Amino acid sequence: MIRSEILREIAPILRDHLVVCNIGLPSQELHMIDDQPTNFYMLGTMGLSSSIGLGVALAQDKTVISIDGDGSVLTNFGTLPTIANNIADNFILLIVDNGSYGSTGDQPTYAGKKTSLAAVARACGCDNVIECQDTDTGQALTDAINSKKMTIIVCKCDSGNIKVPVITKDPVVIRDRFMTAVQS
Amino acid sequence: MSINTKIVDDFVANGIEFVTTVPCKQLAGVIDEVEARKEIYHIPANKEDEGMGLCAGAFMGGKRPAIIMQNTAIGVTINTLVTLTQYYRMPLPMLISYRGELKEPVACQAEMAVHTKALLNQLNIPTYHFHKRADADELDAILKYTFMCNKPVAILTDATFWGGY
Repeated sequence: MIRSEILREIAPILRDHLVVCNIGLPSQELHMIDDQPTNFYMLGTMGLSSSIGLGVALAQDKTVISIDGDGSVLTNFGTLPTIANNIADNFILLIVDNGSYGSTGDQPTYAGKKTSLAAVARACGCDNVIECQDTDTGQALTDAINSKKMTIIVCKCDSGNIKVPVITKDPVVIRDRFMTAVQS
Repeated sequence: MSINTKIVDDFVANGIEFVTTVPCKQLAGVIDEVEARKEIYHIPANKEDEGMGLCAGAFMGGKRPAIIMQNTAIGVTINTLVTLTQYYRMPLPMLISYRGELKEPVACQAEMAVHTKALLNQLNIPTYHFHKRADADELDAILKYTFMCNKPVAILTDATFWGGY
């Protein structure tokens, strides 16, 4: 499965929770598949989906799912020790690991070669790290939500993109409706 | 009252409950004070842009954030300041050690110091410079201004302010 197929499959699970979605195609795909006020779309700032999501999770009690990519986690590797040492049991980091920088033309990442993000996360001290195959993502995500334990899911999948429109919503509108959803 | 206590008192009085830090020798005392306060969740960051991401999340989650960092970080956080903090219009007080100013012993620090105000000016970030102890009397007003206008605001604190080396 490619990322957009996974997002389509897990959208019914995501829609009940706060979601911070990674820059570029992941946000554009989620926006097209199932736009929700509980979704915070990153329009810039590669690498910070996990940091933003952890911040939201530490500040309030609702479950927060950060959708990240292998390339973006590689950009912000410092996030993994911060996550490990600041436990928020309402936080799930879902790394869609397709071994490529999808939004920029599917250039290969090191995560698709010798580097295991799950092993790195464990080495950083993260307690609940699950590596799953694309078809098992929905189950892994449901299990993580039900466990009420901070969890990192590394979802191994195929690289590939679909045609999607860019997000034209104003960033302040995205932020305001997300904050309203947080408070509701 | 120590200057560290005064600064963190102003943070707490302005409802700041989430502070991320990347250390600097000049900031060691204020970071210790942040760590000691039960009203504040202190989350050390490994890099300043990561810290700004944490602060953005905390703000959207309902907590007032602040970041404590060194001016050298301005170079690595421009994209985050522009495409996250400013683009989504979020408040972020930035208490910054202004290395490379008078009394600086490390020559390399002067290299970033000469760009610090120019970069902040280019980014249209309101900037305040604490040089004498009395300058910190404005901190409370600066924090109120930051959360009024939902902007990142820089508070540069130099070696003279901290009492030199």
